[in-house]
Amino acid sequence: MITENTEHYSTTPTTILKRKVKKEESTSQKIIREFCKKRTAFVSLIILLIIFSSCLLAPVIAQYDPLEGDIKDRLLVVGSEGHILGTDEQGRDMLTRILYGGRLSLLAGIAPVLVAGLIGSFLGIVAGYFGGIINTIIMRTLDIFYAFPAILLAIGISAALGQGINNIIIAISIVFIPPVARIAESAVKGVREEEFIEAAKSSGANNFSIIRYHIIMNVFSRLFVYCTTQISISLVLASGLSFLGLGVSPPNPEWGIMLNNLKQQIFINPLLTIIPGLFIFITALAINLVSDGLRDALEIKE
Amino acid sequence: MSVILEAVDLKKTFPVKGWLGKSKGAVSAVHDVSFSLKEQSTLGIVGESGCGKSTLARLLMRLIEPDEGKVLFKGKDILTMSGSELRNIRKKIQMVFQNPYSSINPKLSVLDNVAFSLWENGVSKSEARKKAHYYLEAVGLPKSYATRYPSSLSGGQRQRVAIARALVLEPEIIIADEAVSALDKSVQAQVLNLFQELKSEFSLSLLFISHDLNVVEYMSDEVMVMYLGKVVEKGMAQQIYDNPTHPYTRALLNSVPSMEVGVSTLNNSPITGELPSPMNPPSGCRFRTRCPHAVDLCASNYPPEIEVRSGQNVSCILYENKVRAKILL
Repeated sequence: MITENTEHYSTTPTTILKRKVKKEESTSQKIIREFCKKRTAFVSLIILLIIFSSCLLAPVIAQYDPLEGDIKDRLLVVGSEGHILGTDEQGRDMLTRILYGGRLSLLAGIAPVLVAGLIGSFLGIVAGYFGGIINTIIMRTLDIFYAFPAILLAIGISAALGQGINNIIIAISIVFIPPVARIAESAVKGVREEEFIEAAKSSGANNFSIIRYHIIMNVFSRLFVYCTTQISISLVLASGLSFLGLGVSPPNPEWGIMLNNLKQQIFINPLLTIIPGLFIFITALAINLVSDGLRDALEIKE
Repeated sequence: MSVILEAVDLKKTFPVKGWLGKSKGAVSAVHDVSFSLKEQSTLGIVGESGCGKSTLARLLMRLIEPDEGKVLFKGKDILTMSGSELRNIRKKIQMVFQNPYSSINPKLSVLDNVAFSLWENGVSKSEARKKAHYYLEAVGLPKSYATRYPSSLSGGQRQRVAIARALVLEPEIIIADEAVSALDKSVQAQVLNLFQELKSEFSLSLLFISHDLNVVEYMSDEVMVMYLGKVVEKGMAQQIYDNPTHPYTRALLNSVPSMEVGVSTLNNSPITGELPSPMNPPSGCRFRTRCPHAVDLCASNYPPEIEVRSGQNVSCILYENKVRAKILL
């Protein structure tokens, strides 16, 4: 059945490259099609895209200054005229602050996962592929980090490094490296035993190309899906650190610190106080649902 | 015909480690195996599962380092080579693996699976793909399969890809390690014929490893029978299949179901008992625990190789005495 639509290609060497691209497109098209079939994942992706793009376009969308407010308009309720999401305790527009704050919150969600994903994968792949003493050194060192609960370790590191978004990113990255490395290591160990690795070795390939073409290609989707699930955890962790006062310094908006600032108003204007929390919740949930959909679409077996 | 590949007293034992890395003993997988493969001929290696056939193949490829012995490719010892010299020799000996479902990278297209070995050896990617196309055609895969991924291929088709990958480096020797045992009977026949055709087309020497006696008989010029890491008998295929001398070879051949009417092969000296653990192989002759002709002497030392007919060697104490041997033959 598949033969029919691929039969008509010619085989001159110049077309070979084109054909390869065509085939790869169809595999990714298949993944996209599978992903779109999952309605929750698809809707979550759209919600995420809306949140992302409106945070990026904050200066265009928001009509107010995120740092200065009008003291007369303090604590306006949700749905007030001119302030759809109300205003905070200093009279600053909530929507504006949510949008500007989202930039930092999302950065703190994604950047540590990227950093930890790269470093952790590298360590895990090296440990899993070479095994022996290299594996023992890398994996046992990373095991030390497991002795501390993740949140405690993050608090400890960011307290040591001091306040600021950069330090939060560094702290959470360090927390995420061991689990990523562990996943990578176990995935690589499984692939390393396959006969195609032996075949590659016997054809004279060096370790670098075996890792590049045979190992990484076979563990990438698993690592990728794992890392996407970590984004939501990272986001919540970063907001938590900010809430505790370890993150962004006060006038700057960030979802965690906004939650902290508004917590005194909970008896005065309860709806207002939960807005930053709501955004953290929706974003984290949407990320998780998208990564679930990705897992199914990529057919990853645990 | 000159000898292209020769193994001399190859030996490999795998240490078995117990709790806290304490040595619990060793598995003697390959023990003093010697053979020679003549140019453009086929050597079949038969034996039960676990007798060290696959280990032997990997020792020859240097995928596992042997403890002792030599592997001579055209008279040069592979085991002392390193770096680019080894890489060049490795290209000359390629292997087709047992399981077509694990021997092909599922994330590379069929074409790239084959082309990978080439571009690893300094051929440009487009040139490698062009050549890969040629060999995919040589193994009988339609052009349209080249861009597909292995998941859409059947077992037989995958094995063809694996053979094309072995051929693409233009080797002189192909080691087929149980290359057809994972395939259906009808597909087996196709792949075996493919091996025969390719062998003459590309003037290959073939080392054919299998537990299937019929397959080995069909493929081989010479046959070597292994039992628990040792060679018990070797000779021309015709000699061994017509006049097996070692009690193990006899029992093995008797166990092959016959299609001939009225011939019962069931009661001729069957092998009793289980294959002993290679961790503590029996002393002396390793087959003595299951041998119907075993005598006390078998336990004391390993029988030397005795040439019973020209080109046919057997390691059995029964043939040490020339007079007795005549009766048995």
